[in-house]
Amino acid sequence: MMKELEYPFDAEQILRKKKSLKRALLDNGEKRITKKIAILGGSTTSDIMQVMELFLLNYGIEPEFYQSEYNQYYQDAMFGNPELDEFHPDIIYIHTTNRNITTYPVLTDDAAAVDTLLDNETTKFRTMWDNLFSKFHCPVIQNNFEMPYYRLLGNMDASDIHGAVNFLTRLNLRFYEYAQTHEDFHICDINYISADYGLKEWSDPFFWHMYKYAMKVSAIPYLSFNVANIIKAVFGKNKKGFVLDLDNTLWGGVIGDDGVENIELGPEESEGQAYSEFQRYLKAHKQLGILLNIDSKNDHENAIAGLKHPDADLKEEDFIEIRANWDPKDRNFLDIANSLNLLPESLVFVDDNPAERSIVTAQLPGVCAPEIGEVTQYVQNIDRNGFFEAVRLTKDDLRRNEMYKENAQRNSLKAAFADYGEYLHSLEMNAVIRTFEPVHMARIAQLTNKSNQFNLTTRRYTQSEIEEIAANPEYIPLAGRLSDRFGDNGVVSVVIGHVVGEECLIDLWIMSCRVLKRDMEFAMMDTLEHRCREKGVKRIRGFYYPTAKNNMVREFYALQGFTKVSEDEKGNTEWVLTEENFKDKRNRYINVTED
Amino acid sequence: MTRKEVYKVLDKVFQDVFDDPSIHVDDDTVADDIDGWDSLEHINLISAVEKKFKMRFKMKEVSTMKDVGEMVDIILSRI
Repeated sequence: MMKELEYPFDAEQILRKKKSLKRALLDNGEKRITKKIAILGGSTTSDIMQVMELFLLNYGIEPEFYQSEYNQYYQDAMFGNPELDEFHPDIIYIHTTNRNITTYPVLTDDAAAVDTLLDNETTKFRTMWDNLFSKFHCPVIQNNFEMPYYRLLGNMDASDIHGAVNFLTRLNLRFYEYAQTHEDFHICDINYISADYGLKEWSDPFFWHMYKYAMKVSAIPYLSFNVANIIKAVFGKNKKGFVLDLDNTLWGGVIGDDGVENIELGPEESEGQAYSEFQRYLKAHKQLGILLNIDSKNDHENAIAGLKHPDADLKEEDFIEIRANWDPKDRNFLDIANSLNLLPESLVFVDDNPAERSIVTAQLPGVCAPEIGEVTQYVQNIDRNGFFEAVRLTKDDLRRNEMYKENAQRNSLKAAFADYGEYLHSLEMNAVIRTFEPVHMARIAQLTNKSNQFNLTTRRYTQSEIEEIAANPEYIPLAGRLSDRFGDNGVVSVVIGHVVGEECLIDLWIMSCRVLKRDMEFAMMDTLEHRCREKGVKRIRGFYYPTAKNNMVREFYALQGFTKVSEDEKGNTEWVLTEENFKDKRNRYINVTED
Repeated sequence: MTRKEVYKVLDKVFQDVFDDPSIHVDDDTVADDIDGWDSLEHINLISAVEKKFKMRFKMKEVSTMKDVGEMVDIILSRI
């Protein structure tokens, strides 16, 4: 990760050095996914695109861009454009601003006339979005409107129906209604980021009249970063948890030296209040399924004493893994990631000490350790980084912390059994393996984008594509849900078989690492065989495409009884299982319900 | 700041914006002399120069500036 592109960044430097930054990013040798991004603009977008490219490259996404001609967003979306059609975007960003509003209310308009104006603007945009969805079946990101840079009615501009502030606010609400009913539609909240930047500066009219930029050039990196955050979230590149230091991070002072009664935490004085607010901020993340962990140089009992402080908002049970010892922090960090079955780079390291941050980021490349500053700046410096940018909320997100807790209980049960099979029996596992059901579409799309390790082909799908596959009889879509005596894991495995003649090609095979070594992959293969038999399939063909992260499934098809039929110089392998070798029952421990 | 000193700073700005450490500008340098100096990059260049010298160009100046010499005249009149 390039420090220059993490918040807080130097916007001027990014703009000035964007060419050399791009060169450095392209040369860093990291593996990237490529995505086609169409930018449909209502004003100049050139620098917005170039700076967005830097942030995306930094996230491991190599973008290919289509840019509409100046202010042709509506024409491109409504009437098509051969170049755009040919481009087949993976995601579309519509960059419109209050400069694109055609008609504002005038003081002689009555309430009905203002409503008509609102309806007209809303319909124009809605028709455009509907059209893009039906044509391109890909996610759409749409700016809301920033506030106007002057107020004809002064303060009443906000409350009176004729005010531009009032009009834009109502229009924004209409946009949000569309977002609430369309899962692949995302609002880019320029209303917030322009306020955050400073509206007076942001909307400096010089840049509009001079270059037809709807914002000040120096503000562009903030917009580009914001859009890049949504894009990386859509393509499953959000972070998944925090690894937190204790002393001077979660409370003020050093608990081992000062004693629990003397640390700064709680309402008594200002420092303590600031640490409390930070604790509440972190704790709120649990609702999003963000995992909290501790990595602290402390005696374990001191760490626990701090969490038992009467004013502590964060309690011991809020954390999944706690490492409070005197080992190097990077070693503890790695140990936490391994225990969670997560890659280190999916966890954010929060520590007030720059030396610890640099040890962790040097030893574990790809890990983010933001410069959090003073305690009153911690929230801002973490929040503005958009590590956990939420693009949709699934039930599993809301339950994730519980699920990881249950996993920790399973691990302690495992330790009590001498025989692994006995342990699996004792879990009393039940699986439901079915075609894709409407309630699970969001989770399935999310899994295809988030799974890196137990993923044979690393194909990514948008929710619209998943829905199309579910409706197409040429496909065998399977989603597996696993529960046991400790709780429901939700949908943990997804398989997409593509029936071509007498063969079934396995386009996608993924499983969440939460349920490794539970026989779930065997249960899924059993069900796939059953579906194949029903469809008269004679051969199942599997593919393994190696990436930096999926080595654990290199021999997956061998374990399932397939025979390797080819391997190329890149290590891509192809495997076949013919009907006479179908096993029908590989899984021994899970009670399965099929369609 | 002398004219010479302004040029020293300006060279660095041009080198960053056009990603070419060999660029040196003088009074007679025009857009055609520098690879990549088109109307879009002009916007970045102007912004970067403004930041570096902590001054602002007027709209008319941005659109009528003929060469780097004129740019330096304006910078010198404003710092």
